[in-house]
Amino acid sequence: MAPDITTPIAPAAAPERSPDRIQGAVHDSRRHESAHKHVSGEAVYVDDIAEPAGLLHVYLGLSSRAHARIRAIDLSPVRQAPGVVAVFTAEDVPGVNDIGCMGKHDEPLFASSLVEHVGQPIFAVAAETRDQARRAAKLAVVEYEDLPAILTIAAARDGERTLVTPPMNLRVGDADAALAAAPHRLEGRLAIGGQEHFYLESQIAMAVPGEDGEVLIHVSTQHPTEVQHIVAHVLDLPSAAVTVEVRRMGGGFGGKETQSNLFAACTALVAGRTGRAAKLRPDRDDDFQITGKRHDFEIDYRVGFDDSGLIQGVDMLFAARAGYAADLSGPVTDRALFHADNGYFYPAARLQSLPLKTNTVSNTAFRGFGGPQGMVAAERVIDEIAYALGKDPLEIRKRNFYGSDPGTDGRSLTPYHQTVTDNILPELVAQLEESSGYWTRREEIRAFNANSRILRKGLALTPVKFGISFTASHYNQAGALVHVYTDGSIQLNHGGIEMGQGLYTKVAQVVAEEFQVDIATIRPTATNTGKVPNTSATAASSGSDLNGKAAQAAARTIKERLVAFAAENWGVAPDAVRFERNRVLVGDRDMSFADLVRAAYMARVQLSANGFYKTPKIHWDRAAGRGTPFYYFAYGAACAEVTVDTLTGEYVVDRVDILHDCGRSLNPVIDKGQIEGGFVQGMGWLTMEELWWDGQGRLRTHAPSTYKIPACSDRPRIFNVALLENAPNREDTIFRSKAVGEPPFMLGMSVLHALSDAVASLAGHRLCPRLDAPATPERVLACIAALREREAASPQP
Amino acid sequence: MRQRLRFYLGDELREIDAVDPTLTVLDWLRLSERRVGTKEGCAEGDCGACTVVVGRLDGDTLRYEAVNACIRFLATLDGCRLLTVEHLKAPDGTLHPVQQAMVDCHGSQCGFCTPGFVMSLLALYLNEDRPDGQRIDDALAGNLCRCTGYEPIVRAAHAMYEIGDKTSDRFADRAAVADKLKALRDEDILSVGSAGRRFLAPATVPQLAQLLLDNPGATIVAGATDVGLWVTKFQRVLATVVYTGRVRDLRRIEDRGDALVIGAGVTYSDAAERIAALYPDFGELIRRIGAEQVRNMGTIGGNIANGSPIGDTPPALIACAATLRLRRGEETRELPLEEFFLEYGKQDRREGEFVEAVILPKPGAGERFRAYKIAKRFDQDISAVCGAFRLTLDGEGRVADIRIAFGGMAGTPKRAAGAEAVLLGRHWTEETVRLGMEALTGDYAPLSDWRASAAYRSTVAANLLMKLYVETSDPAAETRLVGDRRLAHA
Repeated sequence: MAPDITTPIAPAAAPERSPDRIQGAVHDSRRHESAHKHVSGEAVYVDDIAEPAGLLHVYLGLSSRAHARIRAIDLSPVRQAPGVVAVFTAEDVPGVNDIGCMGKHDEPLFASSLVEHVGQPIFAVAAETRDQARRAAKLAVVEYEDLPAILTIAAARDGERTLVTPPMNLRVGDADAALAAAPHRLEGRLAIGGQEHFYLESQIAMAVPGEDGEVLIHVSTQHPTEVQHIVAHVLDLPSAAVTVEVRRMGGGFGGKETQSNLFAACTALVAGRTGRAAKLRPDRDDDFQITGKRHDFEIDYRVGFDDSGLIQGVDMLFAARAGYAADLSGPVTDRALFHADNGYFYPAARLQSLPLKTNTVSNTAFRGFGGPQGMVAAERVIDEIAYALGKDPLEIRKRNFYGSDPGTDGRSLTPYHQTVTDNILPELVAQLEESSGYWTRREEIRAFNANSRILRKGLALTPVKFGISFTASHYNQAGALVHVYTDGSIQLNHGGIEMGQGLYTKVAQVVAEEFQVDIATIRPTATNTGKVPNTSATAASSGSDLNGKAAQAAARTIKERLVAFAAENWGVAPDAVRFERNRVLVGDRDMSFADLVRAAYMARVQLSANGFYKTPKIHWDRAAGRGTPFYYFAYGAACAEVTVDTLTGEYVVDRVDILHDCGRSLNPVIDKGQIEGGFVQGMGWLTMEELWWDGQGRLRTHAPSTYKIPACSDRPRIFNVALLENAPNREDTIFRSKAVGEPPFMLGMSVLHALSDAVASLAGHRLCPRLDAPATPERVLACIAALREREAASPQP
Repeated sequence: MRQRLRFYLGDELREIDAVDPTLTVLDWLRLSERRVGTKEGCAEGDCGACTVVVGRLDGDTLRYEAVNACIRFLATLDGCRLLTVEHLKAPDGTLHPVQQAMVDCHGSQCGFCTPGFVMSLLALYLNEDRPDGQRIDDALAGNLCRCTGYEPIVRAAHAMYEIGDKTSDRFADRAAVADKLKALRDEDILSVGSAGRRFLAPATVPQLAQLLLDNPGATIVAGATDVGLWVTKFQRVLATVVYTGRVRDLRRIEDRGDALVIGAGVTYSDAAERIAALYPDFGELIRRIGAEQVRNMGTIGGNIANGSPIGDTPPALIACAATLRLRRGEETRELPLEEFFLEYGKQDRREGEFVEAVILPKPGAGERFRAYKIAKRFDQDISAVCGAFRLTLDGEGRVADIRIAFGGMAGTPKRAAGAEAVLLGRHWTEETVRLGMEALTGDYAPLSDWRASAAYRSTVAANLLMKLYVETSDPAAETRLVGDRRLAHA
């Protein structure tokens, strides 16, 4: 078995004293703890775990209708198919037939009398091989009675407007009065498409039955505790009988926050009922059909502003396609509203959400969690103002930033009545404006466009301000468990999930820093509900903030015991016990960490501790629309340059410059990876990634052959990424770092706006192109055609 | 008739008597061998997580190629060497330079796509020295990564050449490996199978012709880049598979003087350079078909024979006035390629008949050829519209000859008869082109689907004629976003 952190693992007994500092301290650029296993194929994902003897393979039978009553269902052909051992329907659920995360009982494990979207599971079949289960699942004969299906936001708005969850309203000032009094007003509508997560490892779960109904589940999930609860709920078991373990995921991006519940519950049901281990891995096409995606939105906006482009008031309505059930649509649409200001101060605002029920798969969490949609709306409004006034959009952006000093400038109150106290956007944007050469390139592009027949260039610089904390305040807690063994090696466990973001590496760095031992001494172990209970999802960019602090607390508890022991044992003052570079100095004694640990063990000192952390300062009153939902904000900005082919609508991203705020980064190279990857994923969402449903509600872009995420050559041709320097978090976060999972995703907005800028050049930048997302080549070409028509219809100045 | 499949898994000779004819390499590795380093991401050859490297003899020399294990049938490995991600690390634990570069450059995050990237990089490392950025992008176009944004992986692709010594690499023993594979080579028909189903792989054209007469219902498989999906996605059970990839005479490109005779088993990768030398824009089009893994398996013959309306080579071949040679038993016939495509899903191929070769005429004096592929993504995407044009002007600047063919615009690859007629004989001016664009719109009634709406397809098809005009009339104009942009000025 390969060692966990580095090769070779440092001998725990007597590590060499390194010349200056330990290996893998905080703020070091340290490689991912599993990198050597990723590249050799040794990293184990759920499908790679050796299967218990007798394992059954499970497959789901899915609805082919968007909305229908099930009149009759004949499963005998499924039961009689080769290799089939058992078939399960709603009737076979011993507990509650519900896998919804919000307690609304609106999301059955198996549909029984009513199907509400194409791809909804109706039954599960267990067979000796996956191939047999998959073939058998197709053999059911289902008689449907079709019902009217609502498939789009437009259809949902036109009808009775069924909402999956109550909407949220945010109000500050009097938006109507501010709009009425503003020297200029304009309004419009923006459409933003959804996004498929396309984690490379599809959903998967494997359940192993134990005694007394117990079950152990290996599942690719961001939220083991929720899986535990759901499985207990479905199987009518106490949570204590269910253990969920996750070593790593092959990508999550929000798509495995709640969406893994189904697969885990299904395998647990089969394992519980048959007494055999059970595994379920859907084919990629089925994964696309069964699991929710990023919400698509239609946003109506009205804005009032003055001659200088300063916003006086906004009114926005965020209509979202929630799908057939609530899932996380409430908090997702809430977060859209929380980010409808992006970095801009609205003296008066009315923001409303509309989480609409549709007969499509229930949409869910996706990196940014509604925030991106809110921010795209803010940026559209800025563009509208800029074109209306004939100014560069960057000028209008800068004009409207929040103030930097809440004490004096009166421009710090958000629409949710939190005061922004850490705004660094003006300085950050100024720095990027300079380093990217924005204004010089603006002129060069103007010159290029004046002489180019087919190709047009565009440039945009867009900011990001992203609120950090779960808006459900109780989620902002975490636990960790640290064991120190008598050879000085350390096992580290916490509630966070490693999904590629380097969480295990960062938390190991925290513990290494606390004990002042090389990171190779620390072995992160699989996240397991039996080790650290009642965990929150690894989501909302919170992983290292929460788990880093919890692990630090656990390490400090052990360290305090060691210090107390050493002080007493060797008769020195506690502050004469110092941990330095794999050694411990006790007065004038110098011993290895392991020597101290062994001595402490002999003196019966507990060498294991748990740690706990809860984020301070935050609270949120949703009904009142007031509170401090966010502990702090993460900032960033991106400047993108594109070239568009005006005959085809195709485009390339020529150059992107990014300056991003990670506070005092725990691991700059891992943070840089989050920024580069987040940017490309955000760019993909707004450009080539298009979900396409047909008139029957069937998703026809259901695999990488039809759903196109950015490929290697789509990345920016020049890609300059820098972390903002000398910018420690003003709040007391783990070593003053900032969360980095989601914020860089929204840097991708710069590409949408650069495309819009290129299109606008065809009409002298006099009209806002109103380019909707995703800006596929087709949508860009249509936008060009529409702009030309509008130009022909509007008089030249 | 040989009834035993033989190939090397690394250094280990595997001989297998009973095998499901459509068992994929990936399922064999993961399910039978429990070699789980190779991952399944999509099971349709589009994400590259399952990439493995196959060594095969090209003539007498060994070639290593990255291919998708998810859609390649195990039995097609006969006579080859299969390398998987587990083969790279030295017994003492030292990472291969490709792996070390990925670690050093932080090329992995979640790690699930990583084995596939490592294998694509390995093929690049073994075949090329310090390739340029374009080549690296091309070599990695068939591997999707959702975490990194690719930048660190590209850095690794540069850095891998700086680590260690390639000549003492674990895969430097090419001559010895070639000898081992030569020892496996024979002229027998390979016939393996299980449960009454057969995989038949002839070694010669007459054997192939006879097998198809004897097995009229057989499915002909070349690269399996389409048939593979019938198996993995539609779970079709194919009773008899006749594989053309072992037929060496079908894998030849013969220079006939006035034309290239491209055997039906020639892969895109095999053909790219030869075709690009004649028609640079056709070469650029091939660069954008599938990705490296698909081009290493897929054949031009297969692209034609499966009759897809969205195959990319037929429009280009039709514009070049290519002809097709079909064979049934001893009998051969030739026909203009466009006549092969009768209607959607129906080609002019009789039972027992197979595509033997496509004959690509060399360009005549003054002929200008352009091909354009329009899709949501430049690499590894299926065309919404693929247009190809061959234009000849006379001494007075009039259109002396024009051939226009499109894919994605009808149920078959189809010529734009109306537009050709309008353009022929007229002066090649913007006014003429506008007439041609109007006529072109009338030539097709495309469909709307997830790749593009009918309106977009029509507009773009017409606009491509304008692009052709700009490229042929204004050599200074910049008209292209990707590929070798010098082509635009040729």
